[in-house]
Amino acid sequence: MRARAGGGYDGIPAWIYAIAAIGAVFVLLPLAAMVVRVDWPNFLTLVTSESSLTALGLSLRTSAASTTACILLGVPMALVLARGTFPGQRLLRSFVLLPLVLPPVVGGIALLYTFGRQGLLGHTLQVAGIQIAFSTTAVVLAQTFVALPFLVLSLEGSLRSAGQRYEAVAATLGARPTTVLRRVTLPLVLPGLASGAVLSFARSLGEFGATLTFAGSLQGVTRTLPLEIYLQRETDPDAAVALSLVLVAIAVLVVGLSYRRPLAALVETRTR
Amino acid sequence: MTFQVEADIAARGFSVSLQVAAGETVAILGPNGAGKSTLLAIIAGLLRPDSGAAQMNDKVFFDLNGSPEIWTQPHERGTVLLAQEPLLFPHLSSLDNVGFGPRSAGMSRREAHGLALHWLTEVDIPELADRRPAQLSGGQAQRVAVARALAASPDLLLLDEPMAALDIDSAPLLRRLLKRVLRDRRAIIVTHDILDALMLADRILVMDQGRIIEAGPTREVLERPRSNFAAGLAGLNLLTGVVTGDGALSGVGRSGGAVSDPAGSRGAGRDPDGRRRAGDEGGDRVFGQLDASALPGQQGIAVFLPSAVSVFMEPAHGSPRNSFRVTITDLEPHGGQIRIRAGELSADVSASAAADLGLEPGIEVYFVVKAAAVAIYPADAGPRDR
Amino acid sequence: MIGHRFRGTGLILVAILSACLTGCGSTATGAGSTNGGSTGTSSALSGKVSVFAAASLKSTFTKLATEFERVHPGTKVALSFAGSSDLVTQIIAGAPADVFASADAANMDRLVTASLIDGAPANFATNVLTIAVPSANPASVHSFADLAKPGVKVVICASQVPCGAAAKTVEAATGTTLKPVSEESSVTDVLGKVAAGEADAGLVYVTDIRDAGGKVKGIPFDAAAKAVNTYPIATVEGSKNKRLAAAFTALVKGSTGQRILASAGFGKP
Repeated sequence: MRARAGGGYDGIPAWIYAIAAIGAVFVLLPLAAMVVRVDWPNFLTLVTSESSLTALGLSLRTSAASTTACILLGVPMALVLARGTFPGQRLLRSFVLLPLVLPPVVGGIALLYTFGRQGLLGHTLQVAGIQIAFSTTAVVLAQTFVALPFLVLSLEGSLRSAGQRYEAVAATLGARPTTVLRRVTLPLVLPGLASGAVLSFARSLGEFGATLTFAGSLQGVTRTLPLEIYLQRETDPDAAVALSLVLVAIAVLVVGLSYRRPLAALVETRTR
Repeated sequence: MTFQVEADIAARGFSVSLQVAAGETVAILGPNGAGKSTLLAIIAGLLRPDSGAAQMNDKVFFDLNGSPEIWTQPHERGTVLLAQEPLLFPHLSSLDNVGFGPRSAGMSRREAHGLALHWLTEVDIPELADRRPAQLSGGQAQRVAVARALAASPDLLLLDEPMAALDIDSAPLLRRLLKRVLRDRRAIIVTHDILDALMLADRILVMDQGRIIEAGPTREVLERPRSNFAAGLAGLNLLTGVVTGDGALSGVGRSGGAVSDPAGSRGAGRDPDGRRRAGDEGGDRVFGQLDASALPGQQGIAVFLPSAVSVFMEPAHGSPRNSFRVTITDLEPHGGQIRIRAGELSADVSASAAADLGLEPGIEVYFVVKAAAVAIYPADAGPRDR
Repeated sequence: MIGHRFRGTGLILVAILSACLTGCGSTATGAGSTNGGSTGTSSALSGKVSVFAAASLKSTFTKLATEFERVHPGTKVALSFAGSSDLVTQIIAGAPADVFASADAANMDRLVTASLIDGAPANFATNVLTIAVPSANPASVHSFADLAKPGVKVVICASQVPCGAAAKTVEAATGTTLKPVSEESSVTDVLGKVAAGEADAGLVYVTDIRDAGGKVKGIPFDAAAKAVNTYPIATVEGSKNKRLAAAFTALVKGSTGQRILASAGFGKP
């Protein structure tokens, strides 16, 4: 296996390939098992039921909204974390990444006690006439909360590996900081930003725990695809499996896109 | 119409003061880690010194001595930095790269493109306007970088070893180009290459350990180096000592003077590791052509070409000449001849002579040079810049 | 989270609760043993019995398990609580259950259909819906009809789960149409939203109110009787300790079990 065409010596012992293969099987087998379990003759009927389509549409809309929110909030955060110097920077980074390791349910509870009616900002929001609980906004908030670290992490990595030499050159050429950001920094890290956004989108799409805890579950308003799957499972396991496969397909598509080279090339030509 | 800067960074032992007149190009030379790039970064506004001030005409770059402190952002200084690597923005075409400065200054896209094309023509590559940096060779990319720097119409151009990353064929082309565009332009060029200094600079500064140790017009520094580094650039042997009444230099190698690491400071006559030792005929005195300005008792410097040195196995007599007993450290080819290195001194002899004498590292020989081939001049021709 | 197909035993979370809860088991000594002694050799009972019970039975079955172990020294009750449909899925997938107590007949029927029940299931308790409101009752809800008032944020179960089906039945019976702000997939999520004060009211089971502590107040309503939920219990086919399973079932159905269930708010079958 080591002497693949076009690849010379790779220095990887054969047994490493064996273990890696086991790892790959571990990830892929459950997916395959699900594909086998799908009720194919009725697949289309199952996934195109009114409730399924409503849930899918809601999932796509809210994920798009939360990805936008992630970009708006995450780009400045990544810039500050990667380029800025201020006291407590390390601490801030750790806290920003917290939602990544936090159980989503805990995130949902935290959001509930922040934006909920009895929450920290609840009264202020209520006075301002803003009702977040049980609204689609709550879904977007929950998704943004869990997806934001993906964008920040991905972009911060790109910013660090890109270095600041181009920015220094741009500044000496007379470009003010905002111009440098717009014309140099962001185009340079666009691939990182794109893959970060795609990951955030995928994470938003899969968000379940925080949404269930914080936003509730109502068809067309807060019941996203994962919640619909969870509910369908109670009475119609076949529908649940079919919808799961749809979610898997979207996730594969989205993640595949972010790691394909042509995407980076596409992004590059667009910036002309 | 003068640019002046003085800056200190205590932690790096950096302390420099320098002026550049309008239209003047100054070359900064010095060993690695001397602080050359630090100086450029300070001037460009990428690095903030502990204290100091810099000003071009009426524009204050920074003033950290006064209160309140003034610090002008890089984009407001009118200095453009051209580095060893072209650092062209990879997502922009050559034309957009060159047009970046004018666009940043508020010029319309059309006008900027027009100007960019003018500068690409100026550096002889208008046909590469639509190429991306990834499609350019190293030399082409550096030309685009030069055009980009000039298109920003800088008041002061900072070049940090612009030729260092180029291959042996591209460097001369770019050097010729720079010679053309730097004429009558205020610029500071950091370089390792004496050729850059010769062709491009009006004046040379030599830096070492964060300080300017030597400064002067290019010709003068090369003819009369005052540091080992400058002597090395000029290809000269350099000795320091005290000027005596009879036109010699005494106490050679034992004096500090303007030279930070004087040759043979370990002491004459007993140096086992091949360093230059004063010949037994002249003690530690060096005879040579004394410059009229040199006064007895003053610190002085003696220089002579390696090609003026003859190598003998025995002390050579007959006046006026200098004879140094040395131990050979290295032999290396040098333009058809063999360069014999003995510590900080070197001698060039023909290959056949080297073979006849059986020269090899470790053996003791005498370096002999006629007094007429040695120039002696004062060490402290006070540099204008520190 | 979907389509579990468990093989093997290691993946089932088994909660073994043995802490004695105060206020139980101190009276009526021997009641459990006489009721459970159908074989007449109760002293010979030993080993472990694995009980899979609906989540709403958590507090009562925990007490019953303690009582069972007290009456039958040397036995051990392993309790596993989850939604009834989850438990059914697990048992079908081969989870080692001896006793299954379901929150509704439909889920028990799934096991019967799958031939995984030994004998016939027996009903041992009923549960009815009640209105849950935050203890301050901010929306002044006092009747089922109040739930339909504009501005009242009501949370109910989705119709796919038993508590939601019951809510629909009550809606139909009263002719009231609710406009819930959320249709949760479990009754605990409904209770959670009410307890957190996010919702003004929710429809939960009577027994849930007692579990929620002081944060939630229950408001009974007559129409709840239109949707009575019946809890069946049975020994699982393939149980390795059917005698022990039968003894536990007997305890639940017997006077001790009924007393404990009644004190938690369950009704008689």
